[in-house]
Amino acid sequence: MTSRKTHRWLAILAALTVLTAACGSDGDAAAESAAGDCEVGQTDGDLALYNWAEYIDPEHLDAFAAEFGISATMDTYESNEAMQPIVSAGQSGYDVIVPSDYMVGIMIDGGFIQPLNFDLLPNSSNISDDFASPSYDPDLEFSVPYQWGFTGLAVDTSVVGTDFPRSWDLVFGADAAAHSGQITLLNDPRETLGAALKSLGYSLNSTDQGELDEARDVIAASTDNLLAFNTDSADELLTSGESVIAHVYSGDAFTQFLETDDPSNYVFFVPEEGGTRWVDNMAIPFDAPHPCTAHTFINWLLDGEQGAALSNWNYYGTPNKASIDALDEELNEFLTSPDVLVGGIDSVESISDTGEFETNYADAFTEAKG
Amino acid sequence: MSGVITPRGASRTLLSINSLLVFLFFYAPIILLIIFSFSDNRNVGVWGGFTLDWYGEFADSQPTRKALWNSIQIAVASTIVSVVLGTLGALALERFTFRGKQVFDALLYLPIIIPDVTMAVMMLLFFAELAGVLGLSKGFATITLSHIAFSISFVSVVVRARIAGMDERLEEAAMDLYASRWQAFRYVTLPLIMPGILGGGLLALTLSLDDVVITQFVAGPGWTTLPVFVFGLIRKGVTPLINAVSVVMLLASMALVALSLFVQRVRTTDSA
Repeated sequence: MTSRKTHRWLAILAALTVLTAACGSDGDAAAESAAGDCEVGQTDGDLALYNWAEYIDPEHLDAFAAEFGISATMDTYESNEAMQPIVSAGQSGYDVIVPSDYMVGIMIDGGFIQPLNFDLLPNSSNISDDFASPSYDPDLEFSVPYQWGFTGLAVDTSVVGTDFPRSWDLVFGADAAAHSGQITLLNDPRETLGAALKSLGYSLNSTDQGELDEARDVIAASTDNLLAFNTDSADELLTSGESVIAHVYSGDAFTQFLETDDPSNYVFFVPEEGGTRWVDNMAIPFDAPHPCTAHTFINWLLDGEQGAALSNWNYYGTPNKASIDALDEELNEFLTSPDVLVGGIDSVESISDTGEFETNYADAFTEAKG
Repeated sequence: MSGVITPRGASRTLLSINSLLVFLFFYAPIILLIIFSFSDNRNVGVWGGFTLDWYGEFADSQPTRKALWNSIQIAVASTIVSVVLGTLGALALERFTFRGKQVFDALLYLPIIIPDVTMAVMMLLFFAELAGVLGLSKGFATITLSHIAFSISFVSVVVRARIAGMDERLEEAAMDLYASRWQAFRYVTLPLIMPGILGGGLLALTLSLDDVVITQFVAGPGWTTLPVFVFGLIRKGVTPLINAVSVVMLLASMALVALSLFVQRVRTTDSA
């Protein structure tokens, strides 16, 4: 009996030791860039990139490796939330990661990404002014933009025509009744409540319960006109004719339009009241094994030619002003058309982390869906 | 087998309907998955005519092939080690009494009981702290160790069931006839528990090939396995490529099951 007790205590003790050790490491996060001694274009080992799936051509990555005489590997994740704990725990082995806007904020606060050394990133001057001071990293100290896109509405003009308001009224207002049963909204609390908040003239990052309740009621009132709340195949429902107005991500909509026989039948726009702009960013984990290589890679991808090659492969927006001219014509047209961003650049916002208030969004969305 | 009862009348009909429904529930999704892996439309669920393109893309895609190869290496290595350790553990627990046996027994079941995510976080913290100390970098070694850690439990459960059902007198008889402990094990016990070992090994292989959660947390650069890779693809929308990969994995699992049944049958015929 005594021996069993001893064993149990030993087990608990061992577990506690590991836990305390793990907690202790959180404070060790590097406070300054680990790349102090690097030079521009220098490499200090192979590149390990941790990225979203199908976000860079593997051959494009190989071209980087060949140019600098190293090898490059890429592993993929499917959400910010899947990537974050792996990098935060330490010893992940990755040199460059690609977190979205709000996740950059979370990772800066936690000390999980290191400040960038901009002496090693001369190509950062190519970053377009629109992306120079994001809310999550105001002076771009920890991150540089990788790719971006909008959330807005896609419309099948062969059914709806072209004479409709470029406004959220199309799905929330009186105009929606004309296409009842042929409208989809994203099945995402922040995106869809964000759209409703924008239609009311509020910020889509509102933490005011009164505003959120109003937005909830706007969505609840529109559900009769909806075909579905759908995120994964909203673009496919539109091009297959099941819906005629869809709340979608620009990149998905655009690639889906190009799959159809006549892409000119479809338009995508961000309503005049505004919408979401998301930005994915490059950052370096606090304990990246090869910080020089990481900076060299980021600088290389910020080059105009490389940035264009990146966007021409994944068909998302480029934050690189030196890349615009080298983009495929149809992509360039889509990104720069004034018809896309009806309310101008000031009308769009990035979704930022509202902390505890996230639960209120989730609850409001559940109530709105009924 | 005097205990077998053949159901009659209404209960027979109801039972047949029940088994049909169960089979339908299990296999209808798989059949749909197989059908749409041949669909010439990048949207799953929309039939676009017959094509083998998705299988071609699977074969041509370098990242997919790399992920498959990673999975195979890890599955084979972790299965071999966990079969040996799991069998030894099962023998120790079934055949001997020793200090701390109950603690050991209880701890062995832990990986089966605790949720994947808990185990994944434990492993993540463990390797984050100890990787440097042990000179391990995250990758093949950490994934294989984690898979061994959960597979041992499953192997030992299966092997223990087999040992428990085995007539101990056979082993005693062998030793009465002057077989050494090793000889009794090698020529009597081992052949008798072999189906259990193979079954456990097969389970370990399947678990290793299927695991997403734990693998994702302990993987390192260049060691994405096939299921983790497929999971990552979902973000860009589900294309029939995922169906094609699944069908290939399904066929591989079925081949493994068939192989193990075949091996066990050959063994039974030999000894008869």
